[in-house]
Amino acid sequence: MNALRNFLDNVKPKFQEGGKFAKFRSTFGAFETFLFTPNETNKCGVHVRDAVDLKRTMIVVVLALMPALFFGMYNTGYQHFRMTGELADVTFWQIFFKGFLAVLPIIVVSYVVGLAIEFASAQMRGHEVNEGFLVSGMLIPLVMPADVPLWMVGVATAFAVIFGKEVYGGTGMNMWNPALLARVFLFFAYPTKMSGETAWYYNYSAEAAVDGFSGATPLAMANAGNYTSFADAFFGLIPGSVGETSAVAILIGAFILLYTGVASWKTMLSVFVGGIAMGWLFNTCGSAENPMAQLPWYNHLVYGGFCFGAVFMATDPVTSARTEGGKFIYGFLIGAMAIVIRVLNPGFPEGMMLAILLMNTFAPLIDHFFIQANINRRKKRVTIKA
Amino acid sequence: MSSKKNKEALLTPLGLNNPVTVQVLGICSALAVTAKLMPAIVMGISVTIITALSNVVISCLRKTIPLRIRIIVQLVVVAALVTIVSEILKAFAYDISVQLSVYVGLIITNCILMGRLEAFAMQNEPWPSFLDGIGNGLGYAKILIIVAFFRELFGSGTLFGVNVLNYDCIANAGYVNNGLMLMPPMALIIVACIIWWQRAHNKDLQQK
Repeated sequence: MNALRNFLDNVKPKFQEGGKFAKFRSTFGAFETFLFTPNETNKCGVHVRDAVDLKRTMIVVVLALMPALFFGMYNTGYQHFRMTGELADVTFWQIFFKGFLAVLPIIVVSYVVGLAIEFASAQMRGHEVNEGFLVSGMLIPLVMPADVPLWMVGVATAFAVIFGKEVYGGTGMNMWNPALLARVFLFFAYPTKMSGETAWYYNYSAEAAVDGFSGATPLAMANAGNYTSFADAFFGLIPGSVGETSAVAILIGAFILLYTGVASWKTMLSVFVGGIAMGWLFNTCGSAENPMAQLPWYNHLVYGGFCFGAVFMATDPVTSARTEGGKFIYGFLIGAMAIVIRVLNPGFPEGMMLAILLMNTFAPLIDHFFIQANINRRKKRVTIKA
Repeated sequence: MSSKKNKEALLTPLGLNNPVTVQVLGICSALAVTAKLMPAIVMGISVTIITALSNVVISCLRKTIPLRIRIIVQLVVVAALVTIVSEILKAFAYDISVQLSVYVGLIITNCILMGRLEAFAMQNEPWPSFLDGIGNGLGYAKILIIVAFFRELFGSGTLFGVNVLNYDCIANAGYVNNGLMLMPPMALIIVACIIWWQRAHNKDLQQK
């Protein structure tokens, strides 16, 4: 540790004003503060009222993602061996290791591409490097199918970071959740690799698959009228994107986020309420011919990306509504809209992604009305007194 | 004939005063017809011809048009020219006119045309107006062709319908054509990238 500190102190002058590498001082600063707590204190009055800064918030979210990630790795291996029919012959660790091999490259590509762009753009503008990508870089692999080609992950990450974030001014200024933008880019650009029956299996090949193997996700099967049981979908040994399948793992993450106060319970709760309300509405008055409308409302909550989106995507503090009342409306509409898209448009089985991006777009509008209402209320109070 | 002012009228719309990237006009058709190169080029030529000719006609009439009904007069002239171009396309390039469908007819609503008539032809002699129309039409065509080049290359893997990227060896390496390129939103993003590039290289265009 001391050797590292000494090394940093040695090279530091080169990166400061007038030094040889002064141009790269934001890159240096990012690494230094990543490794050590900065030893500078504020010289005038400080206004920070909370010990939780951006770095710690981000780390908590990354920690909360770990259960979903590890379960996702296991499930990826599990689905692979289910496809090849070898499930009975392999041990727990073999399954996990297979999934680990499948998911790790996706994580590496996502971080390398995203951080390279983040550092380059901070460098070009002379900004500090922000930590925002730590979470996005972990979310991106979790919303990808296990068999996605790595170059696509790279392209999508680059697209999401450049057009979703950097052009708006970097971390904290983005309109849309970068991870979802990466997924939606792939979904529309390369639909054959992002949906269908084979995308969810690592190293899928028709020869390796056992006879009569069908790999549809619960949502695709529900479209055909076959419902996966609630328990199966809840525990999550089902095909789907890496991190989205297990409601249990996601709920552990949700507990961490809520306990530490990083995510808003208002958003999270109202997404579920919206989903339940709309699912129940379709159950009672939906068309009997549409199997998606007849899918029980509680199943909607554990199928596909609903849980994952509600816990990790909708609550993103940058892109969600920021007024306290607005969070309820924002969340409710995400849940409701996700079910509407799923039920009424079988072309987009994953309605959650589109619903969240849509409401990301409207979040500033919701905030605007809540702030305006507050201003009007206070104005009224003033005029009555006077 | 080729004074400095005339040269400017012809050349600035190609670069520093481009109707699409600087004035941000004519975006709608830039999104609609740029999925393939060929229609984009035909569209560019059509708009160039119509802008130039309508500029000349209005410039000749500019002193006799009553100010209050000038828009209607301009529309009649543009509509006549659009109809002629549309009929010529149908007669001699039927396939492309089918691909362009309503967008040839919709040239009449192209903001570049009315903009040039109002801003230039109403105040200038026919010859500079003609050059201005050619310049703006070509400036529009230039952007269309750049956008269409990228969209066709990465979206369909072809250029002018000729196979460029759709070979087995490339497909085996894992390359897949980008379906998003064929959708209009991607045209908007490419136009945005061109604007980005242009503003980054021209200090004059940057907002203070």
